[in-house]
Amino acid sequence: MSTQADISAQIGAVAGLSGRQPRLDYPAYRSSSARHPELDPVPADPEGVELWAPCFGRRDVDDAEADLTRRHAGEPIGERMVVTGRVVDSGGRPVAHQLVEIWQANAAGRYWHQRDQHPAPLDPHFTGAGRCLTGADGTYRFLTVKPGPYPWRNHLNAWRPAHIHFSVFGTAFTQRLVTQMYFPGDPLFDLDPIYQSITDPKARQALLSRYDHSITTPEHSTGYRWDIVLTGSHRTPFEAEGNA
Amino acid sequence: MIPAPGQTVGPFFHLGLPFDGGNELVPPADPAAIRLHGNVADGDGNPVPDALIEIWQPGPDGSVVQEPGSFHRDGWTFTGWGRAATDADGHYWFSTCAPGGSAPFFAVTVFARGLLDRLFTRAYLPSPDPADALLTSLSAQRRATLIAQAEPRGLRFDIRLQGEGETVFLSHG
Repeated sequence: MSTQADISAQIGAVAGLSGRQPRLDYPAYRSSSARHPELDPVPADPEGVELWAPCFGRRDVDDAEADLTRRHAGEPIGERMVVTGRVVDSGGRPVAHQLVEIWQANAAGRYWHQRDQHPAPLDPHFTGAGRCLTGADGTYRFLTVKPGPYPWRNHLNAWRPAHIHFSVFGTAFTQRLVTQMYFPGDPLFDLDPIYQSITDPKARQALLSRYDHSITTPEHSTGYRWDIVLTGSHRTPFEAEGNA
Repeated sequence: MIPAPGQTVGPFFHLGLPFDGGNELVPPADPAAIRLHGNVADGDGNPVPDALIEIWQPGPDGSVVQEPGSFHRDGWTFTGWGRAATDADGHYWFSTCAPGGSAPFFAVTVFARGLLDRLFTRAYLPSPDPADALLTSLSAQRRATLIAQAEPRGLRFDIRLQGEGETVFLSHG
């Protein structure tokens, strides 16, 4: 089995190459080896439905789903925190009334998932999944607990930095994003092949939340802010607004 | 502003993403329902049992639907969007209707453990427009990976992530 030194050497071999998206062919993340396309993606002008995104509403998402600490009878263990920010396109325009989904490990680094064999405790009061709709200004907001780092089997003694998985829709199909939000200063960043698969350091930083005291709740929760910038929409404002 | 890069959906996405009825855009009992289904395979030809497929499509008349309700389907409202995880055999299925209009394809998004960013592709109906700009730009062999095969009650669309018969994946600039 590979050691961290082997994996770190593989990470180092391509570190700093330009690339604002993860490299799909990234040997340090071993399970990518047979799962990355070898042929270049084919450029295609978005057409038809690709210029639009699916629509979600109050029928889909209950307000209570944004509070991951209130899904069971008792309080989950861990650092309670607000996670909030805005979903915007690359021009800074808000993505309003759109779906944001998250899932995460508990404070001990254990997922509520049968395939997670990490012998850390499950928390009977924490499942770790939430959904919300953005507001008119693109703001999403969750209340949850800070996830712990956890080991995985990519290589010997591999650990993932603490993260929350995010699934985000834009105003066009082509903006669809699934990613992971990280916490500032995590000592595991340099060792992690998933985070490092984004070889441009500035692009990696776009996945970092920051502590924001102004969004904390006194004597209740800390707060982290993360704004999510999506790629541009191919629909022009003229088309989007549909006016003459 | 730098767009947020993607990251893999990982092995535990079942906790947050699939939901009951996610793959039933049209109820399977509806006489008009068709099945869109297929296998997801990796570069060794092995099934990918931890992939997630999303489709987004126009209605049979070609209209782009802007209706909420995908998460709590009422049996009547067609939302045009669905989500399905692959099973232990790497198989996914949707119950839906055929897309119509001037761009009659299913827009498909592929996520998987081991796949560091999502992939976009299209599933065209079996007899696509011979003048379609994307299809005509491809060799016959590659074009075939984007065309669903007709079956008695639906369409088959296999997805090959790598290797022989690798599906054409798209970049939208």
